[in-house]
Amino acid sequence: MARKTIKVDYLARVEGEGAFKVVVRDGAVKQAELRIFEPPRFYEAFLRGRSFMEVPDITARICGICPIAYMMGSTHAIEKVLGIKLDGQLRELRRLIYCGEWIESHVLHAFMLHAPDFLGYDSAIAMARDHGDLVKKALDFKKTGNEIMTTVGGREIHPINVRVGGFYRVPSRRELAPLLDKLKAARDFAVEAVRVVSKFDFPDCERDYEFVALRHPNEYPLNEGRLVSNKGLDIPIEDYDETFEETHVEHSTALHSHIRGRGAYFTGPMARYSLNFDKLTPTAQQAAREAGLGPTCNNPFRSIVIRLVEALYAAEEAIRIIEAYEPPDRPFVEGSVRAGSGCHATEAPRGICYHRYTLDDTGTVTFARIAAPTSQNQPTIENDLTSFVGGWLDLPDKELQHRCEQAIRNYDPCISCSTHFLKLDVDRG
Amino acid sequence: MSRPLVIGIGNIERGDDGVGRQVARLLKHMLGEKAEILEQDGEAGAILAHIEKAQTAYLVDACMSSAPPGTVHRIDAAEGELPLSSSDLSTHGFGLASAIELARSLGQLPAKTIVFAIEADSFEPGAPLSKDVSDAAVIVADRIRSELEGTG
Repeated sequence: MARKTIKVDYLARVEGEGAFKVVVRDGAVKQAELRIFEPPRFYEAFLRGRSFMEVPDITARICGICPIAYMMGSTHAIEKVLGIKLDGQLRELRRLIYCGEWIESHVLHAFMLHAPDFLGYDSAIAMARDHGDLVKKALDFKKTGNEIMTTVGGREIHPINVRVGGFYRVPSRRELAPLLDKLKAARDFAVEAVRVVSKFDFPDCERDYEFVALRHPNEYPLNEGRLVSNKGLDIPIEDYDETFEETHVEHSTALHSHIRGRGAYFTGPMARYSLNFDKLTPTAQQAAREAGLGPTCNNPFRSIVIRLVEALYAAEEAIRIIEAYEPPDRPFVEGSVRAGSGCHATEAPRGICYHRYTLDDTGTVTFARIAAPTSQNQPTIENDLTSFVGGWLDLPDKELQHRCEQAIRNYDPCISCSTHFLKLDVDRG
Repeated sequence: MSRPLVIGIGNIERGDDGVGRQVARLLKHMLGEKAEILEQDGEAGAILAHIEKAQTAYLVDACMSSAPPGTVHRIDAAEGELPLSSSDLSTHGFGLASAIELARSLGQLPAKTIVFAIEADSFEPGAPLSKDVSDAAVIVADRIRSELEGTG
């Protein structure tokens, strides 16, 4: 093979700053590295010395797209220390605000970042010229997700109404009611959207992943459940640290996660779906079947379909919660401030988001640890690329680059969260 | 006929990033109810939702190029595409230029869409506007007032 280096200085439509390098020798992929050089952000360090009450609002700043994931992980972990367990309408409101985040995050990624790959455009702006109606409806769907965030959380980006023990203020029925018609329209569009993206041309590929997600006996997982996998893992969240390990690799400022003694795993929509299909609503299950999906899916390129099945689920779940909503007597539950450690994981749009905190007897944070989903998926992204590029070496350079970028976007990676932009460097030797 | 729309974009807590909002505040005093004047943080979806209903829109934001701080750039969106940086196309960085170009693609760009971009000096958290940028805010507010009142 001729010696060749392919370099892309900027890979758009991913979050954050990083690079990707593939080394090819004698027609075989020798090395695939997702190189994240985003500077570390030191959140865990500057949480130390802060009151437990500040943690949800500080951790929300980790991400402008999925702040709820950080607020939910931190509140639940701290509530375990304080002996608080939410139920009833406060628990439902937490599911509701998370549905808002899933909708805005999934719809934005599916239509503004990922769909252009399949429809042959270099951006959503170019795609909108030919598919204006679809883009308008998608933007309306996303807006409805944002409105849930604003109504329950006080504002759409970095909400300010979530606190340890519940909320600072709970919405009235009258405040939630205007969301219903919008959500019903969004649900109808979601069914159409699943059908539209299911007709995209997907590369044939089946990968042998270990999917890891939360599983709850009664519901599709958002805030609660056990950590399970398709390869026998079934543990309480408290066993996270002894089951998963984070290691530093030279080419990334984000730590890589592995299952101890086993290796890479895959968290996020594909894992949730494949481990919890039976917990989706009948409409979401039917939409998935009509889209050609079985109860599990191992083709990462079809993740766009699954994101929209989940967005459909989130719209239906939000409708259910709002229709049954009765404002709770109190917006929050008080706990007893005491020393101790607590951990929790919730299902962020991109997968498991794990938090552990230790508090002293004044409620001051003495230790904090946060594992973001993209950090956990890095080794699997590299494995995918190693696997795929081998089959794509006959492609022209431009097409090969595009396929690699698309493979990375399957994961909706949030590099900003995991420690920001991707460079692609294919060295063919 | 809808009122003209002015959106000042930025974060008042981040030094010169707040200059768009400062222009909006100055214009509220100058124009009162003659225009719909909004302050926004710059999220494209929200900007799009506002401009799609307008016939005339002025958008004011801070910018960083190689020009001296306080330099005022006036861009008429009707004259062509806005210069997009590739980092503008991500879920986290989906900003003003994306909103305008998406509105154009969707046929929702107001007939008259003018962007004033003011060259920033510093985005230091908690800092006030720098002197040159603060002076430019007054100049831009007065230019928008003049254009809207037909005296410019």
